[in-house]
Amino acid sequence: MTVGAWEAFWLIVHREMRLSFRRPGQLLQPLVFFLIVTTLFPLGLSLQLSLLRDIAPGVLWVAALLSSLLSLDSLFKSDADDGTLEQLALSGHGLTVIVAAKTVAHWLVTGLALVLVSPIVGTALGIPTDAFATMLLSLALGTLTLSWLGAIGAGLTIGLRRGNVLLSLIVLPLATPLLIFGAAATERAISGTNVVGAMYFLAALCVFTCTLAPFAAAAALRITLE
Amino acid sequence: MNSTTDGLMVDKVHVWRGDRHVLQGVSTQVHPGELLHVSGPNGTGKTTLLRVVSGLLRPEQGRVTWRGQSIASHPSDYHAALAYAAHEPALKGDLTALENLRFSVGLKRRSSPPELRGALERTGVSACADLPARVLSAGQRRRVSLARVVAMQASIWLLDEPYANLDTAGSELVSALLQGHVEQGGMALVVAHRDLALRCNVRRLELNS
Repeated sequence: MTVGAWEAFWLIVHREMRLSFRRPGQLLQPLVFFLIVTTLFPLGLSLQLSLLRDIAPGVLWVAALLSSLLSLDSLFKSDADDGTLEQLALSGHGLTVIVAAKTVAHWLVTGLALVLVSPIVGTALGIPTDAFATMLLSLALGTLTLSWLGAIGAGLTIGLRRGNVLLSLIVLPLATPLLIFGAAATERAISGTNVVGAMYFLAALCVFTCTLAPFAAAAALRITLE
Repeated sequence: MNSTTDGLMVDKVHVWRGDRHVLQGVSTQVHPGELLHVSGPNGTGKTTLLRVVSGLLRPEQGRVTWRGQSIASHPSDYHAALAYAAHEPALKGDLTALENLRFSVGLKRRSSPPELRGALERTGVSACADLPARVLSAGQRRRVSLARVVAMQASIWLLDEPYANLDTAGSELVSALLQGHVEQGGMALVVAHRDLALRCNVRRLELNS
């Protein structure tokens, strides 16, 4: 009665979700950070709606990237510290499956949550409601891509004591294409021009990382496990 | 298959940790119905050997074979037949003892909650099944991690210091579990400082610096 890879995948996702919801404080921290950072901009700048609209895409995306980074540090670290990662590595399922499951679970509780609160931020920054659909979809693709990139960084920095700074230094440069195309898509949606090109790029980046990052992150974990 | 190829063979394994030559050509073997007791002073590589045998650590030289094949060549089959209990109990503090078992045993085989409760009962911690692992004592956590080994129903047990943090009754329990496992044709590799006092086939390996 062996357990198939899909079954193992969903079991790990289930486990991660349950662990996250047992610590609601930790779950909310990146979201609150996202809300605070983005609402600081309208408070600190002049109240001209046109200026706010101009900077809104950039502010939204930079804040989304930074708040996603906050939670990435814990992706593998707590499991590595208490020995659970070894148990997972010896479960008879490839590390790739384990990494993929943990990353998807991480996105569901951080990235997706961020996407869901983004309309509040969008309203605060004066983004018209017509642009919300594009903003939500682009953020969903962007945060998922970032979770995959982050999994590689988190896998590489497990063994380090102050790994979170290094993690940001590894992940943020890789995330610049996301920022460029994500902000471009949102900006075009606000001005009412064609968003398809930027969205295709975001989708391509997402597919690219979804397919290759699990292998890269698994390789990183294998090194740190030894 | 005859008994010489059915077991685990460790063949001239060398491991370096930085400049330190931790394992210097260790060779040993363990067969079904046999227990290998690894002992030796601190820092002589007992845990390292266990990690090599588990496949977590690749030796720089030498190899570990199971059923005549290198464990690195078919890790999934090998790990499915393996239960490893490290020195840390590897429990999630926010999950209950039962949930901890469910999520780790569930990756190896399909198991039902009553079955997992049965495993906790065998190791004497059924009363803790629904408590978060963070409130358990060190000894109780050890017992939960032993329950996980039992519930996995694996043929190879790798236990690192299973007697740590346990009271007299707990130590007797570990001995009884090991004896039962080996008598049913299982294999076990146990790192322990104390004498095991078991009435089954015990092979000894003493590591020295």
